[in-house]
Amino acid sequence: MISLRVSKSLKSAQDNMVLDISCEVQEGKITTIYGPSGAGKTTILRILAGLLQPEKGYINAGGEIWLDTAKKINLPPQKRSIGFVFQDFALFPNMTVRGNLEYALGKGQQQKIIDDLTEVMELEQLQHRYPETLSGGQKQRAALARALVRMPKLLLLDEPLSSLDNNMRLKLQDHILKIHQSYNLTIILVSHDVAEIYKMSDEIFVLNEGIIVKHGTTGEIFSPNFAETGFHVIGEILDMEWEGIVYTVSVIAFNTVINITASEMDIQHLKPGDKVIVFSKDFNPTIKKIEN
Amino acid sequence: MIDFQPFWITFKLAVITTAILFVISVPVANWLSGSKNRLRSVIEATISMPLVLPPSVLGFYFLVAFGPSHGLGKFIEHYFNTRLVFSFPGLVIASVIYSLPFMVHPLQTGFSGLYPSLREASFSLGKSKLHTLFKVMLPNIKPALLTGIVLTFAHTIGEFGVVLMIGGNIPGQTKVVSIAIYDEVEAMNYHAANIYALILFAVTFAILITVYSVNNRYAITRRL
Repeated sequence: MISLRVSKSLKSAQDNMVLDISCEVQEGKITTIYGPSGAGKTTILRILAGLLQPEKGYINAGGEIWLDTAKKINLPPQKRSIGFVFQDFALFPNMTVRGNLEYALGKGQQQKIIDDLTEVMELEQLQHRYPETLSGGQKQRAALARALVRMPKLLLLDEPLSSLDNNMRLKLQDHILKIHQSYNLTIILVSHDVAEIYKMSDEIFVLNEGIIVKHGTTGEIFSPNFAETGFHVIGEILDMEWEGIVYTVSVIAFNTVINITASEMDIQHLKPGDKVIVFSKDFNPTIKKIEN
Repeated sequence: MIDFQPFWITFKLAVITTAILFVISVPVANWLSGSKNRLRSVIEATISMPLVLPPSVLGFYFLVAFGPSHGLGKFIEHYFNTRLVFSFPGLVIASVIYSLPFMVHPLQTGFSGLYPSLREASFSLGKSKLHTLFKVMLPNIKPALLTGIVLTFAHTIGEFGVVLMIGGNIPGQTKVVSIAIYDEVEAMNYHAANIYALILFAVTFAILITVYSVNNRYAITRRL
């Protein structure tokens, strides 16, 4: 269990905001912090990593105190068992992919872990290349592998997939799920992509203006009125067209466009760009906006 | 016959000054590039002063400060048995201060150009600040390092005012090429002055050409 209580005032472009949260993250699970940009998602990861110090805070990671401002304890990032994957990947340009991984080796650690990770992340062909010659997805895999070399207790992913195209994103989600299982990692993921969260997370914290407004399992947050059985898929509305009698709503979900007929009443609160659930009760798929 | 000793003194001064400045400027520039401290502006302004002040102003204050009858000069003479005015060590100290912005500015620009996440990634991988500086930050600002080193070196070669004020014109000790040229012209010995000037011209030009071509090539390979 990782317990986190922090309070930090943040100065944003528009106004001052106070990040004030208290939460507990289950070990061995993937937990997502979800919310609009500027809600303080990345700040939480940076505080967990020790890259940012809150005015008041307490972090207990599986019995180890990382931060306790009341007792003036604040472990530097070097002493916390974390892996951090940055939004811009932060691969060292002066080292090859393998060099980047070797850099992360701790004292007395064997090269074998690097061989293992290059295999799992499918980096064998790329290991002697420099980061600037890699595509976004390849950089992502290298950054992920590098963050895992030290076998951290906690892996922090800061919107790691946001800069990738859809295909690559799906593949990397599978990679992350794979390493999550094989290394029994605790992962905290920052994301604002509902489909991604739906696929990846066990638990979700919804953050808005520095405060956790909702907390629960994926099902509880995004589809509270559904039984888990049955067909449903998360997507985004591309277009809504009036066909004379009914509307056709095009929804993109996992690379596929689904066309759904809907009545005027069904689409009352919908607009292109909305995140939606497409589900099937009887025969016809029906559509409903995701509340958050 | 031309006396080549001024060249030896000039290059010795430039090498020593550059080496000292490199060691001083790396931590200073690193701190300046990341600091939000209020003192930052004051320190930046202080470092940049030699860019705008006439060398004679600096030279004058060095002369006063290092002179054996005043505080600092007296102290140094008493405890270290060295006199800094009209001596090579004094020349080195004056050059270090005079060329400070030429080393600090390129390095600071280099450090600021690095993504902060590189440093943070290294920290999150358990590496100390010093380890990060040597293995991640410095190797990634090579063009800035080269620019800083060469500008400092070339600028020290080109010094005149400060050297004249603090170093005087002592053959074999503080007589550098720029002053030797002045001397020869004063003595109406244009031929010797021309030889000194031409060699200095060629050497500095060659140095600058080398830096620019190396940096340009570096920029091209990085773009691949």
